[in-house]
Amino acid sequence: MRQGKPAALSIAGASLMALALLLGAPASGAPASIELPEEVATFKAGPGVEAAQNNCLGCHSADYINTQPTGPKFGKDFWTAEMTKMIKVFGAPVADDDARKIVDYLAATY
Amino acid sequence: MLHRRQLIQGGAAALAGSAIASPMKALALETATLPFANGERPLVQYPQKRKLLRLTTRPPQLETPFSVYDEGVVTPNDAFFVRYHLADIPLAVDPDKFTLEVKGKVDKPLKLSLADVKAMPPVELLAVNQCSGNGRGFFEPRVAGGQAGNGLMGNARWKGVVLKTVLDLAGVQPGAKQATFDGLDEPVLEATPDFIKALDIDHARDGEVMLAYEMNGADIPMLNGYPLRLVVPGHYGTYWVKHLNEITVIDTMFDGFWMKSAYRVPANACACVEPGAKVAATAPIGRFNVRSFITNLADGATVKAGAPVLIRGVAFDGGYGVSDVLLSPDGGATWASTQLGADLGKYSFREFQASVSLPSGEHVLKIRAINRIGQSQPDVALWNPAGYMRNVVEAVRVSAV
Repeated sequence: MRQGKPAALSIAGASLMALALLLGAPASGAPASIELPEEVATFKAGPGVEAAQNNCLGCHSADYINTQPTGPKFGKDFWTAEMTKMIKVFGAPVADDDARKIVDYLAATY
Repeated sequence: MLHRRQLIQGGAAALAGSAIASPMKALALETATLPFANGERPLVQYPQKRKLLRLTTRPPQLETPFSVYDEGVVTPNDAFFVRYHLADIPLAVDPDKFTLEVKGKVDKPLKLSLADVKAMPPVELLAVNQCSGNGRGFFEPRVAGGQAGNGLMGNARWKGVVLKTVLDLAGVQPGAKQATFDGLDEPVLEATPDFIKALDIDHARDGEVMLAYEMNGADIPMLNGYPLRLVVPGHYGTYWVKHLNEITVIDTMFDGFWMKSAYRVPANACACVEPGAKVAATAPIGRFNVRSFITNLADGATVKAGAPVLIRGVAFDGGYGVSDVLLSPDGGATWASTQLGADLGKYSFREFQASVSLPSGEHVLKIRAINRIGQSQPDVALWNPAGYMRNVVEAVRVSAV
Protein backbone atom coordinates (compact mmCIF):
# COMPACT_ATOMS: atom_id res chain seq x y z
CA MET A 1 0.00 0.00 0.00
CA ARG A 2 1.33 3.39 -0.93
CA GLN A 3 1.64 5.80 1.97
CA GLY A 4 2.42 9.51 2.04
CA LYS A 5 5.28 9.33 -0.42
CA PRO A 6 7.05 12.65 -0.86
CA ALA A 7 6.95 14.25 -4.27
CA ALA A 8 9.97 13.73 -6.50
CA LEU A 9 13.04 15.18 -4.83
CA SER A 10 15.41 17.47 -6.61
CA ILE A 11 18.81 15.93 -7.31
CA ALA A 12 20.45 18.38 -4.91
CA GLY A 13 17.91 17.71 -2.17
CA ALA A 14 18.23 13.97 -2.54
CA SER A 15 22.01 14.21 -2.42
CA LEU A 16 21.88 16.25 0.77
CA MET A 17 19.65 13.69 2.39
CA ALA A 18 21.82 10.84 1.18
CA LEU A 19 24.78 12.68 2.68
CA ALA A 20 22.91 13.05 5.99
CA LEU A 21 22.30 9.30 5.91
CA LEU A 22 25.97 8.61 5.34
CA LEU A 23 27.01 10.82 8.20
CA GLY A 24 24.89 8.91 10.68
CA ALA A 25 21.46 7.60 11.50
CA PRO A 26 18.84 10.24 10.78
CA ALA A 27 17.52 12.01 13.84
CA SER A 28 13.86 11.61 14.60
CA GLY A 29 11.90 13.60 12.06
CA ALA A 30 14.53 13.34 9.34
CA PRO A 31 13.25 11.19 6.50
CA ALA A 32 15.55 8.34 5.58
CA SER A 33 16.31 8.70 1.90
CA ILE A 34 18.47 7.01 -0.68
CA GLU A 35 19.33 7.57 -4.32
CA LEU A 36 19.87 4.59 -6.59
CA PRO A 37 22.76 4.27 -9.08
CA GLU A 38 22.06 5.23 -12.66
CA GLU A 39 20.46 2.57 -14.86
CA VAL A 40 22.95 1.49 -17.51
CA ALA A 41 21.56 -1.86 -18.73
CA THR A 42 20.38 -1.79 -22.34
CA PHE A 43 18.85 -4.23 -24.79
CA LYS A 44 21.19 -5.81 -27.32
CA ALA A 45 20.92 -4.37 -30.82
CA GLY A 46 18.79 -6.36 -33.24
CA PRO A 47 15.71 -6.21 -35.45
CA GLY A 48 12.69 -5.30 -33.32
CA VAL A 49 14.68 -3.82 -30.42
CA GLU A 50 12.49 -0.69 -30.53
CA ALA A 51 9.38 -2.73 -29.71
CA ALA A 52 11.15 -4.20 -26.68
CA GLN A 53 12.37 -0.79 -25.56
CA ASN A 54 8.91 0.75 -25.94
CA ASN A 55 6.99 -1.98 -24.15
CA CYS A 56 9.28 -3.57 -21.54
CA LEU A 57 11.26 -0.75 -19.96
CA GLY A 58 8.26 0.90 -18.35
CA CYS A 59 8.22 -1.76 -15.65
CA HIS A 60 11.71 -3.27 -15.52
CA SER A 61 15.28 -2.81 -16.66
CA ALA A 62 16.80 -4.67 -19.61
CA ASP A 63 19.05 -6.80 -17.39
CA TYR A 64 15.95 -8.85 -16.51
CA ILE A 65 16.35 -10.24 -20.06
CA ASN A 66 20.12 -10.10 -20.35
CA THR A 67 20.66 -12.45 -17.40
CA GLN A 68 18.26 -15.21 -18.50
CA PRO A 69 19.67 -18.57 -19.61
CA THR A 70 20.64 -18.83 -23.26
CA GLY A 71 20.87 -21.70 -25.73
CA PRO A 72 18.59 -23.79 -27.93
CA LYS A 73 16.03 -24.42 -25.16
CA PHE A 74 15.60 -20.71 -24.64
CA GLY A 75 14.26 -19.81 -28.06
CA LYS A 76 10.89 -18.79 -29.39
CA ASP A 77 8.78 -21.03 -27.11
CA PHE A 78 10.56 -19.74 -24.00
CA TRP A 79 10.19 -16.09 -24.95
CA THR A 80 6.57 -16.59 -26.08
CA ALA A 81 5.79 -17.95 -22.61
CA GLU A 82 7.55 -14.97 -20.98
CA MET A 83 5.71 -12.49 -23.22
CA THR A 84 2.37 -14.16 -22.44
CA LYS A 85 3.13 -13.99 -18.70
CA MET A 86 3.93 -10.29 -18.93
CA ILE A 87 0.63 -9.58 -20.69
CA LYS A 88 -1.75 -11.97 -18.94
CA VAL A 89 -0.30 -12.08 -15.42
CA PHE A 90 1.38 -8.71 -14.99
CA GLY A 91 -1.05 -6.73 -17.16
CA ALA A 92 1.44 -5.29 -19.63
CA PRO A 93 -0.57 -3.42 -22.32
CA VAL A 94 1.28 -4.76 -25.38
CA ALA A 95 -0.37 -4.70 -28.82
CA ASP A 96 -0.45 -8.07 -30.62
CA ASP A 97 1.84 -6.83 -33.39
CA ASP A 98 4.41 -5.54 -30.89
CA ALA A 99 4.20 -8.77 -28.87
CA ARG A 100 5.10 -10.77 -32.00
CA LYS A 101 7.98 -8.39 -32.81
CA ILE A 102 9.33 -8.62 -29.25
CA VAL A 103 9.23 -12.43 -29.20
CA ASP A 104 11.02 -12.60 -32.58
CA TYR A 105 13.61 -10.08 -31.37
CA LEU A 106 14.27 -11.90 -28.08
CA ALA A 107 14.42 -15.34 -29.72
CA ALA A 108 16.85 -14.11 -32.37
CA THR A 109 19.02 -11.88 -30.17
CA TYR A 110 19.30 -13.69 -26.79
CA MET B 1 25.21 10.68 -5.26
CA LEU B 2 28.73 9.68 -6.13
CA HIS B 3 31.12 8.98 -3.31
CA ARG B 4 34.60 10.40 -3.68
CA ARG B 5 36.05 6.89 -3.80
CA GLN B 6 33.67 5.89 -6.60
CA LEU B 7 34.58 9.00 -8.56
CA ILE B 8 38.24 8.13 -8.37
CA GLN B 9 37.66 4.51 -9.31
CA GLY B 10 35.28 5.53 -12.05
CA GLY B 11 37.81 7.94 -13.46
CA ALA B 12 40.56 5.36 -13.38
CA ALA B 13 38.38 2.74 -15.01
CA ALA B 14 37.32 5.20 -17.68
CA LEU B 15 40.95 5.97 -18.47
CA ALA B 16 41.85 2.30 -18.59
CA GLY B 17 38.81 1.41 -20.68
CA SER B 18 37.10 3.08 -23.56
CA ALA B 19 37.80 6.76 -24.02
CA ILE B 20 34.12 7.40 -24.68
CA ALA B 21 32.80 5.61 -21.57
CA SER B 22 31.23 7.97 -19.06
CA PRO B 23 32.40 7.68 -15.44
CA MET B 24 29.01 6.20 -14.42
CA LYS B 25 29.22 3.53 -17.08
CA ALA B 26 32.79 2.79 -16.09
CA LEU B 27 31.57 1.98 -12.57
CA ALA B 28 29.84 -1.09 -13.95
CA LEU B 29 33.01 -2.48 -15.50
CA GLU B 30 34.05 -4.31 -12.34
CA THR B 31 32.39 -7.70 -12.53
CA ALA B 32 32.13 -11.04 -10.79
CA THR B 33 31.33 -14.24 -12.64
CA LEU B 34 28.99 -16.83 -11.17
CA PRO B 35 29.89 -20.40 -12.17
CA PHE B 36 27.12 -21.00 -14.72
CA ALA B 37 26.49 -19.87 -18.30
CA ASN B 38 25.71 -16.15 -18.67
CA GLY B 39 26.75 -15.63 -15.05
CA GLU B 40 28.73 -12.40 -15.35
CA ARG B 41 27.44 -9.71 -12.97
CA PRO B 42 28.53 -6.12 -12.40
CA LEU B 43 29.73 -5.37 -8.86
CA VAL B 44 27.91 -2.20 -7.88
CA GLN B 45 27.68 -0.18 -4.68
CA TYR B 46 24.19 0.84 -3.57
CA PRO B 47 23.26 3.17 -0.69
CA GLN B 48 24.02 1.59 2.71
CA LYS B 49 25.66 -1.33 0.86
CA ARG B 50 29.15 -2.46 -0.08
CA LYS B 51 29.75 -3.65 -3.64
CA LEU B 52 27.33 -6.48 -4.41
CA LEU B 53 26.60 -8.55 -7.51
CA ARG B 54 23.85 -6.81 -9.43
CA LEU B 55 21.38 -9.22 -10.97
CA THR B 56 18.88 -6.55 -12.04
CA THR B 57 18.72 -2.78 -11.84
CA ARG B 58 15.00 -1.93 -11.74
CA PRO B 59 13.69 -3.15 -9.41
CA PRO B 60 17.03 -3.84 -7.74
CA GLN B 61 18.18 -7.40 -7.08
CA LEU B 62 21.61 -7.63 -5.46
CA GLU B 63 23.48 -10.80 -4.50
CA THR B 64 25.94 -11.15 -1.62
CA PRO B 65 29.48 -12.13 -2.69
CA PHE B 66 29.92 -15.65 -1.31
CA SER B 67 33.15 -14.79 0.52
CA VAL B 68 31.08 -12.66 2.93
CA TYR B 69 29.77 -15.82 4.61
CA ASP B 70 33.32 -16.58 5.76
CA GLU B 71 33.59 -13.21 7.56
CA GLY B 72 31.42 -14.28 10.47
CA VAL B 73 28.23 -16.02 11.48
CA VAL B 74 26.24 -12.79 11.16
CA THR B 75 25.86 -11.26 7.70
CA PRO B 76 26.58 -7.51 7.83
CA ASN B 77 23.77 -5.17 6.80
CA ASP B 78 25.87 -3.66 4.04
CA ALA B 79 26.40 -7.10 2.47
CA PHE B 80 22.86 -8.45 2.89
CA PHE B 81 21.14 -9.42 -0.37
CA VAL B 82 18.35 -7.32 -1.91
CA ARG B 83 15.35 -8.68 -3.78
CA TYR B 84 12.29 -6.76 -5.00
CA HIS B 85 9.52 -7.76 -7.40
CA LEU B 86 7.91 -4.47 -8.41
CA ALA B 87 9.68 -1.31 -9.51
CA ASP B 88 7.84 1.41 -7.58
CA ILE B 89 9.93 1.02 -4.42
CA PRO B 90 10.20 3.51 -1.54
CA LEU B 91 13.41 5.55 -1.66
CA ALA B 92 12.43 7.91 1.16
CA VAL B 93 10.45 7.13 4.30
CA ASP B 94 9.68 9.63 7.06
CA PRO B 95 9.82 7.61 10.30
CA ASP B 96 7.59 10.17 12.04
CA LYS B 97 4.84 9.86 9.44
CA PHE B 98 5.04 6.12 8.78
CA THR B 99 2.08 4.13 10.07
CA LEU B 100 1.30 0.43 10.32
CA GLU B 101 -2.38 -0.28 9.80
CA VAL B 102 -4.02 -3.41 11.24
CA LYS B 103 -7.50 -4.01 9.90
CA GLY B 104 -10.03 -6.53 8.66
CA LYS B 105 -11.55 -9.12 11.00
CA VAL B 106 -10.37 -7.46 14.19
CA ASP B 107 -12.31 -5.89 17.06
CA LYS B 108 -10.22 -2.74 17.14
CA PRO B 109 -8.51 -1.63 13.91
CA LEU B 110 -5.15 0.00 14.64
CA LYS B 111 -2.99 2.70 13.12
CA LEU B 112 0.36 2.44 14.84
CA SER B 113 3.24 4.87 14.45
CA LEU B 114 6.79 3.57 14.41
CA ALA B 115 7.13 5.00 17.93
CA ASP B 116 4.05 2.99 19.00
CA VAL B 117 5.64 -0.19 17.68
CA LYS B 118 8.97 0.57 19.35
CA ALA B 119 7.20 1.20 22.69
CA MET B 120 5.98 -2.42 22.79
CA PRO B 121 8.07 -5.11 24.56
CA PRO B 122 11.01 -5.85 22.22
CA VAL B 123 12.32 -9.27 21.23
CA GLU B 124 15.50 -10.22 19.41
CA LEU B 125 16.17 -13.23 17.23
CA LEU B 126 19.05 -14.42 15.08
CA ALA B 127 17.46 -15.78 11.93
CA VAL B 128 18.43 -16.66 8.40
CA ASN B 129 16.57 -15.05 5.53
CA GLN B 130 16.93 -16.90 2.25
CA CYS B 131 15.36 -16.24 -1.14
CA SER B 132 13.24 -19.09 -2.52
CA GLY B 133 15.35 -18.97 -5.68
CA ASN B 134 18.76 -18.99 -3.99
CA GLY B 135 20.99 -21.03 -6.33
CA ARG B 136 18.52 -21.01 -9.23
CA GLY B 137 21.34 -20.42 -11.70
CA PHE B 138 22.69 -23.90 -10.90
CA PHE B 139 19.47 -25.68 -11.90
CA GLU B 140 19.85 -28.23 -14.71
CA PRO B 141 17.95 -27.94 -16.92
CA ARG B 142 18.04 -24.19 -16.44
CA VAL B 143 14.79 -22.39 -15.62
CA ALA B 144 13.50 -18.84 -16.07
CA GLY B 145 13.72 -16.34 -13.21
CA GLY B 146 16.43 -14.52 -11.27
CA GLN B 147 19.68 -16.34 -12.10
CA ALA B 148 21.32 -16.31 -8.69
CA GLY B 149 24.31 -18.10 -7.25
CA ASN B 150 24.16 -19.04 -3.56
CA GLY B 151 24.37 -15.45 -2.31
CA LEU B 152 20.67 -14.81 -1.71
CA MET B 153 20.82 -15.69 1.98
CA GLY B 154 21.94 -13.98 5.14
CA ASN B 155 21.86 -14.37 8.91
CA ALA B 156 20.94 -11.30 10.96
CA ARG B 157 19.93 -10.35 14.48
CA TRP B 158 16.40 -8.96 14.15
CA LYS B 159 14.87 -6.75 16.83
CA GLY B 160 11.21 -5.88 16.91
CA VAL B 161 7.90 -6.94 18.37
CA VAL B 162 6.13 -10.27 18.22
CA LEU B 163 3.33 -10.12 15.63
CA LYS B 164 1.00 -11.85 18.11
CA THR B 165 1.34 -8.87 20.46
CA VAL B 166 0.05 -6.55 17.75
CA LEU B 167 -2.70 -8.92 16.61
CA ASP B 168 -3.86 -9.43 20.21
CA LEU B 169 -4.00 -5.67 20.66
CA ALA B 170 -6.30 -5.46 17.64
CA GLY B 171 -8.32 -8.48 18.78
CA VAL B 172 -8.54 -11.13 16.07
CA GLN B 173 -12.16 -12.16 15.61
CA PRO B 174 -13.40 -15.77 15.69
CA GLY B 175 -13.41 -17.32 12.23
CA ALA B 176 -10.24 -15.54 11.08
CA LYS B 177 -8.26 -17.77 8.71
CA GLN B 178 -5.28 -15.73 7.49
CA ALA B 179 -3.50 -12.42 7.83
CA THR B 180 -2.21 -10.64 4.73
CA PHE B 181 0.86 -8.40 4.62
CA ASP B 182 1.48 -5.49 2.28
CA GLY B 183 4.38 -3.05 2.11
CA LEU B 184 5.16 0.34 0.59
CA ASP B 185 6.54 -1.15 -2.64
CA GLU B 186 4.05 -0.97 -5.49
CA PRO B 187 3.65 -2.09 -9.09
CA VAL B 188 4.26 0.41 -11.88
CA LEU B 189 0.99 -0.51 -13.61
CA GLU B 190 -2.42 -0.63 -11.93
CA ALA B 191 -2.99 -3.96 -13.67
CA THR B 192 0.04 -5.64 -12.07
CA PRO B 193 -0.77 -7.59 -8.88
CA ASP B 194 0.56 -5.79 -5.80
CA PHE B 195 3.06 -7.81 -3.75
CA ILE B 196 0.91 -9.11 -0.87
CA LYS B 197 1.64 -12.26 1.11
CA ALA B 198 -0.46 -14.27 3.56
CA LEU B 199 0.14 -16.47 6.60
CA ASP B 200 -2.36 -18.77 8.26
CA ILE B 201 -3.67 -17.04 11.37
CA ASP B 202 -2.19 -19.67 13.71
CA HIS B 203 1.23 -19.18 12.11
CA ALA B 204 0.88 -15.41 12.40
CA ARG B 205 0.11 -15.84 16.12
CA ASP B 206 2.78 -18.46 16.87
CA GLY B 207 4.80 -16.04 19.01
CA GLU B 208 7.82 -16.22 16.70
CA VAL B 209 6.76 -14.26 13.62
CA MET B 210 7.83 -10.70 14.29
CA LEU B 211 7.75 -7.13 13.03
CA ALA B 212 11.39 -6.06 12.94
CA TYR B 213 12.61 -2.46 13.04
CA GLU B 214 16.29 -3.21 13.68
CA MET B 215 18.77 -5.45 11.91
CA ASN B 216 22.11 -6.16 13.55
CA GLY B 217 21.67 -3.27 15.98
CA ALA B 218 20.88 -0.61 13.38
CA ASP B 219 17.86 0.61 11.45
CA ILE B 220 17.03 -1.85 8.68
CA PRO B 221 18.69 -0.60 5.46
CA MET B 222 16.21 1.02 3.10
CA LEU B 223 16.69 -1.71 0.48
CA ASN B 224 16.06 -4.43 3.09
CA GLY B 225 12.70 -3.00 4.17
CA TYR B 226 13.11 0.15 6.30
CA PRO B 227 11.44 0.99 8.62
CA LEU B 228 9.60 -2.26 9.37
CA ARG B 229 9.68 -5.74 7.89
CA LEU B 230 7.99 -9.01 8.62
CA VAL B 231 10.35 -11.71 9.93
CA VAL B 232 9.03 -15.24 9.43
CA PRO B 233 11.69 -17.45 11.03
CA GLY B 234 12.61 -20.60 9.13
CA HIS B 235 10.53 -19.59 6.10
CA TYR B 236 11.61 -18.37 2.68
CA GLY B 237 12.16 -14.66 2.16
CA THR B 238 9.03 -14.23 0.04
CA TYR B 239 7.07 -13.98 3.32
CA TRP B 240 9.42 -11.42 4.88
CA VAL B 241 7.43 -8.43 3.53
CA LYS B 242 9.55 -5.28 3.40
CA HIS B 243 8.39 -1.75 4.31
CA LEU B 244 5.40 -3.45 5.98
CA ASN B 245 2.56 -0.97 6.52
CA GLU B 246 -0.67 -2.94 6.22
CA ILE B 247 -1.86 -6.10 7.95
CA THR B 248 -5.35 -7.36 7.13
CA VAL B 249 -7.01 -10.21 9.00
CA ILE B 250 -9.34 -12.17 6.72
CA ASP B 251 -11.82 -15.03 7.19
CA THR B 252 -11.04 -16.58 3.80
CA MET B 253 -7.92 -18.04 2.21
CA PHE B 254 -6.13 -15.19 0.42
CA ASP B 255 -6.18 -15.71 -3.35
CA GLY B 256 -3.86 -12.94 -4.53
CA PHE B 257 -1.38 -13.69 -7.31
CA TRP B 258 1.71 -13.87 -5.09
CA MET B 259 0.14 -16.68 -3.02
CA LYS B 260 -2.20 -18.43 -5.45
CA SER B 261 0.02 -18.52 -8.56
CA ALA B 262 3.56 -17.48 -7.62
CA TYR B 263 5.96 -18.98 -5.08
CA ARG B 264 4.46 -22.44 -5.32
CA VAL B 265 6.28 -25.75 -5.27
CA PRO B 266 5.27 -29.31 -6.17
CA ALA B 267 2.90 -30.54 -3.45
CA ASN B 268 4.97 -33.57 -2.44
CA ALA B 269 7.57 -34.38 0.20
CA CYS B 270 10.59 -33.34 -1.88
CA ALA B 271 8.93 -30.32 -3.55
CA CYS B 272 10.40 -31.77 -6.72
CA VAL B 273 9.61 -33.46 -10.03
CA GLU B 274 11.78 -35.23 -12.60
CA PRO B 275 13.97 -32.60 -14.30
CA GLY B 276 11.99 -30.98 -17.08
CA ALA B 277 8.65 -32.52 -16.06
CA LYS B 278 5.42 -30.61 -15.52
CA VAL B 279 3.87 -30.31 -12.05
CA ALA B 280 0.42 -31.70 -11.27
CA ALA B 281 -0.42 -30.13 -7.89
CA THR B 282 1.33 -27.27 -6.12
CA ALA B 283 1.39 -25.74 -2.64
CA PRO B 284 2.74 -22.43 -1.31
CA ILE B 285 6.46 -22.58 -0.55
CA GLY B 286 7.10 -22.90 3.19
CA ARG B 287 10.04 -23.75 5.41
CA PHE B 288 13.69 -23.87 4.39
CA ASN B 289 15.15 -27.27 3.75
CA VAL B 290 18.59 -28.17 5.14
CA ARG B 291 21.66 -26.53 3.61
CA SER B 292 25.38 -26.35 4.35
CA PHE B 293 28.29 -24.58 2.70
CA ILE B 294 32.06 -24.56 2.97
CA THR B 295 32.91 -20.87 3.17
CA ASN B 296 36.71 -20.68 3.47
CA LEU B 297 37.68 -22.61 0.33
CA ALA B 298 36.35 -21.57 -3.06
CA ASP B 299 35.93 -24.11 -5.84
CA GLY B 300 39.33 -24.67 -7.46
CA ALA B 301 41.33 -23.58 -4.41
CA THR B 302 44.87 -24.82 -3.82
CA VAL B 303 45.80 -26.24 -0.40
CA LYS B 304 48.99 -27.65 1.09
CA ALA B 305 49.38 -31.42 0.63
CA GLY B 306 50.05 -33.65 3.65
CA ALA B 307 49.35 -30.92 6.19
CA PRO B 308 46.23 -30.08 8.23
CA VAL B 309 43.79 -28.02 6.15
CA LEU B 310 41.12 -26.07 8.02
CA ILE B 311 37.66 -26.38 6.52
CA ARG B 312 34.86 -24.26 7.88
CA GLY B 313 31.44 -23.02 6.93
CA VAL B 314 27.82 -22.56 7.90
CA ALA B 315 24.70 -24.72 7.96
CA PHE B 316 21.02 -24.00 8.62
CA ASP B 317 17.55 -25.45 8.27
CA GLY B 318 13.90 -24.46 8.62
CA GLY B 319 13.96 -24.13 12.38
CA TYR B 320 14.41 -27.59 13.86
CA GLY B 321 18.08 -26.90 14.39
CA VAL B 322 21.20 -28.39 12.79
CA SER B 323 22.41 -31.39 14.80
CA ASP B 324 25.35 -32.59 12.70
CA VAL B 325 27.46 -31.46 9.76
CA LEU B 326 29.40 -34.17 7.93
CA LEU B 327 32.45 -33.61 5.73
CA SER B 328 33.66 -35.96 3.03
CA PRO B 329 37.26 -35.41 1.90
CA ASP B 330 36.93 -37.96 -0.91
CA GLY B 331 33.95 -36.97 -3.04
CA GLY B 332 31.36 -38.70 -0.87
CA ALA B 333 33.03 -42.10 -0.28
CA THR B 334 33.60 -41.53 3.44
CA TRP B 335 32.08 -39.02 5.86
CA ALA B 336 33.03 -37.73 9.31
CA SER B 337 31.39 -35.30 11.72
CA THR B 338 32.74 -31.77 11.96
CA GLN B 339 32.97 -29.68 15.10
CA LEU B 340 29.92 -27.45 15.47
CA GLY B 341 30.22 -23.85 16.59
CA ALA B 342 28.08 -22.25 19.30
CA ASP B 343 24.34 -22.88 19.09
CA LEU B 344 22.98 -19.37 18.40
CA GLY B 345 19.38 -20.51 18.09
CA LYS B 346 17.50 -22.84 15.81
CA TYR B 347 16.92 -20.21 13.12
CA SER B 348 20.53 -19.01 12.91
CA PHE B 349 23.47 -20.10 10.79
CA ARG B 350 25.39 -22.79 12.69
CA GLU B 351 29.12 -22.68 12.14
CA PHE B 352 31.19 -25.82 11.71
CA GLN B 353 34.85 -26.60 11.22
CA ALA B 354 37.09 -29.58 10.59
CA SER B 355 40.70 -30.30 9.76
CA VAL B 356 41.74 -32.76 7.06
CA SER B 357 45.05 -33.79 5.59
CA LEU B 358 44.99 -34.38 1.86
CA PRO B 359 47.62 -36.21 -0.24
CA SER B 360 48.87 -34.31 -3.24
CA GLY B 361 46.43 -34.37 -6.12
CA GLU B 362 42.88 -33.33 -6.96
CA HIS B 363 40.14 -33.78 -4.36
CA VAL B 364 36.42 -33.13 -4.04
CA LEU B 365 35.24 -31.99 -0.61
CA LYS B 366 31.55 -32.52 0.11
CA ILE B 367 29.47 -31.18 2.98
CA ARG B 368 26.15 -32.43 4.33
CA ALA B 369 24.10 -31.21 7.29
CA ILE B 370 21.46 -33.09 9.26
CA ASN B 371 18.81 -31.47 11.44
CA ARG B 372 17.19 -32.59 14.67
CA ILE B 373 14.35 -34.39 12.90
CA GLY B 374 16.73 -36.27 10.60
CA GLN B 375 16.28 -34.20 7.46
CA SER B 376 19.40 -33.85 5.32
CA GLN B 377 20.51 -32.94 1.81
CA PRO B 378 20.27 -34.92 -1.44
CA ASP B 379 23.40 -36.14 -3.29
CA VAL B 380 21.85 -35.22 -6.61
CA ALA B 381 20.07 -31.87 -6.95
CA LEU B 382 16.29 -31.98 -6.84
CA TRP B 383 14.46 -30.06 -9.54
CA ASN B 384 11.25 -28.04 -9.89
CA PRO B 385 10.22 -25.70 -12.72
CA ALA B 386 10.40 -22.48 -10.67
CA GLY B 387 13.96 -23.15 -9.49
CA TYR B 388 13.15 -23.02 -5.78
CA MET B 389 14.56 -24.74 -2.67
CA ARG B 390 17.91 -25.90 -4.02
CA ASN B 391 19.73 -27.83 -1.28
CA VAL B 392 22.01 -30.36 -2.95
CA VAL B 393 25.13 -31.59 -1.09
CA GLU B 394 27.65 -28.94 -2.15
CA ALA B 395 31.02 -29.95 -3.57
CA VAL B 396 34.26 -27.96 -3.59
CA ARG B 397 37.15 -29.10 -5.77
CA VAL B 398 40.61 -28.46 -4.36
CA SER B 399 44.16 -29.18 -5.51
CA ALA B 400 46.61 -30.31 -2.84
CA VAL B 401 50.21 -29.47 -3.76
